[in-house]
Amino acid sequence: MSERNMMKVRVEAERCQGHNRCCSIAPELFEIDDYGYARASGDGSVPPALEEKARLAMKNCPEHAVRLTRQD
Amino acid sequence: MSSRPPVNDWATDFDHTDPRWMNDPFPIWDGLRTRCPIAHTERFQGAYFPSRYQDVRDISYDTEHFSSRRVIVRDEKLDPPIPSPPITSDPPEHRPARMPLLPPFNPKAVERLKPGTQALCARLIDAFIASGRCDAATDYAQHIPTRVIAHMLGVPEADGELFRHWIKLALEEGIHDMSKALQAVGEMTVYFRDQIAKRASQHGDDLISYMLALRHDGKPIPEDKLLGTLRLILIAGIDTTWSAIGASLWHLATHDEDRRRLVADPSLMDTAVEEFLRAYAPVTMAREVVKEVEINGCPMKPGHMVLLSFPAANRDPEMFPDADKVILDRQENRHAAFGLGIHRCIGSNLARMELRTALEEWLKRIPEFRLEDPAGVRWSEGTVRGPRQMPMLFAPEVRT
Ligand code: HEM
Ligand code: SF4
Repeated sequence: MSERNMMKVRVEAERCQGHNRCCSIAPELFEIDDYGYARASGDGSVPPALEEKARLAMKNCPEHAVRLTRQD
Repeated sequence: MSSRPPVNDWATDFDHTDPRWMNDPFPIWDGLRTRCPIAHTERFQGAYFPSRYQDVRDISYDTEHFSSRRVIVRDEKLDPPIPSPPITSDPPEHRPARMPLLPPFNPKAVERLKPGTQALCARLIDAFIASGRCDAATDYAQHIPTRVIAHMLGVPEADGELFRHWIKLALEEGIHDMSKALQAVGEMTVYFRDQIAKRASQHGDDLISYMLALRHDGKPIPEDKLLGTLRLILIAGIDTTWSAIGASLWHLATHDEDRRRLVADPSLMDTAVEEFLRAYAPVTMAREVVKEVEINGCPMKPGHMVLLSFPAANRDPEMFPDADKVILDRQENRHAAFGLGIHRCIGSNLARMELRTALEEWLKRIPEFRLEDPAGVRWSEGTVRGPRQMPMLFAPEVRT
C-alpha cells in the first residue's frame, strides 16, 4: 500500500467530550490526555490491518468527533 | 402515587412517575415516537418529552435555549434552584467547574481501582453463594458503586446506608415533595462540612482533599460550590451504576441464550456492556427552556421543562436497527447513556469499569441463575431506572 492511499484518523477536539469509546476500541490509534479527551496517536496514519478498527471507533463515537480520510 | 390522576393520553398528559411508565416504559415511548415525537404534559407545571434520538441530541447540544439550572422535573420548582456544579451549570461557568474534576476520573485513574473492585465483588458473592439465593439488587449491585465512591471520597464505607437514604429523598420522594429533596441537601451539607473540617489538619489522597487543594486564580473553590459538587459526586454515581448493574443482571437472568453466550465467550464483554448501557440506560435528565425555540417543528415555551430521556433516545429504531433487541455483539453503538455534549458523564469510565467488573465476577462464580419470581422484581421510581429488589436463584457453590 503506497503512502498515497493511507487511511488517516483525526479527532476533532472541539467535538470530543471524552467518552473514551475510540481508545477502548482501538488503543493502537488513539491517546487520551489527563482530562480524558482523545487525540490520534502519532501522525494519525492507520496501518491497513487497523482500518476496520478505525471505522468502528468512528462509528461508536457518540459525538461524531472521529474523522477518517484517505490521503490522495 | 395513587392520589395522582391516571394518564389517559401519553402524548398530551404524560407522567413519568406513573407506575406503568416506571415498570415498562418502552411500549409507551415506541408509541409516542411514531405518533407524537415530542409529547407534552401540563403536569409538573408544564413539560415536554422528546422520544427521538435526534431531538434529544439537538437539545443536549443547544445550551442557548435549554438550561441545566434545573435537571430534575418535579411537581414544584425551587426558586432559586440549588446549584450542584457542573451538572447544573451552563456555559461559560460550566467548563471551569468541570475541568478540574476530570483527571481523577480519567481512564488511567479508574483502571487503578479495578483490582479493589474485583475483590469487593468477590467478597459480596462469598457472603451469599453457599445459600443458592440472593437479592441481586440489594445484596450485590447496590454495594459496588456505594463502596467504590466512599473509597474515592475518603469517607467511611459503612455510611452507604446514609447515602442511599439521601438519594431516595433527593431523586425519588423529592419529585413530589420538595421538602424531602431539601432535607437531603441539608443533611449532606452537614455531612460534608464535617468531612472538610476533618481534613483541615490532615490532607489525604482522597477526592475531598484533592478538591480542597484546587486553586483557581490562586483561590480555593468557594464553600457553597464545593459542597454542591461533593453532593453531586455522591449522588450521581450510586443509584445510576447500581441500576446499570442490576438491569444487566436482570437481562441475563431472563434471557437464557444471551447469558450462555456471554459465559461461553467472554470476548463479547466489550460490546455487551455497551449494549446493556444502550438498552437499559438508567439516567433521564432534564432541561429548562429559557428562550422560545422550535424542536422538530414543536414550539417550546420558556419556563417549561424538558424531560431529556437518553434511555428513549437509545431505543429509537431510526438510530439503532432492532432497537428493542439486545444484541450482545452490536458493532455500531453510538448510545447516549452517559449523555451527549458538554455534560458527558464525568464518571463514565468509572461506571463502565464497575459494570464490567460486577458482571465478570458474577458470571465467573454464578454462570447459571434465574429470577426467583418475575413478579418479585421491583423497579425504582423517579428518573434513574433500575431494579431495587431482585431475588435470584442459582446453584450453590460447593467449597472443596
Ligand atoms: C451507569 C452509571 C451512570 C450513568 C448512566 C450516568 C449518566 C449520566 C448522564 C446521562 C449525565 C449527563 C447529565 C446531563 O446531560 O445533564 C451524567 C453526568 C454526570 N455524572 Fe454520571 N452516570 C453514571 C455514573 C456516574 C458516576 C459513577 C459518577 C461519579 C462519581 C458520575 C458523575 C457525574 C457527574 C459529576 C456528572 C455531571 C457532568 C457535567 O455536568 O459536566 N456519574 N451522568
Ligand atoms: S469516542 Fe469520541 S468523544 Fe469519546 S474520546 Fe473518542 S473522540 Fe472523544
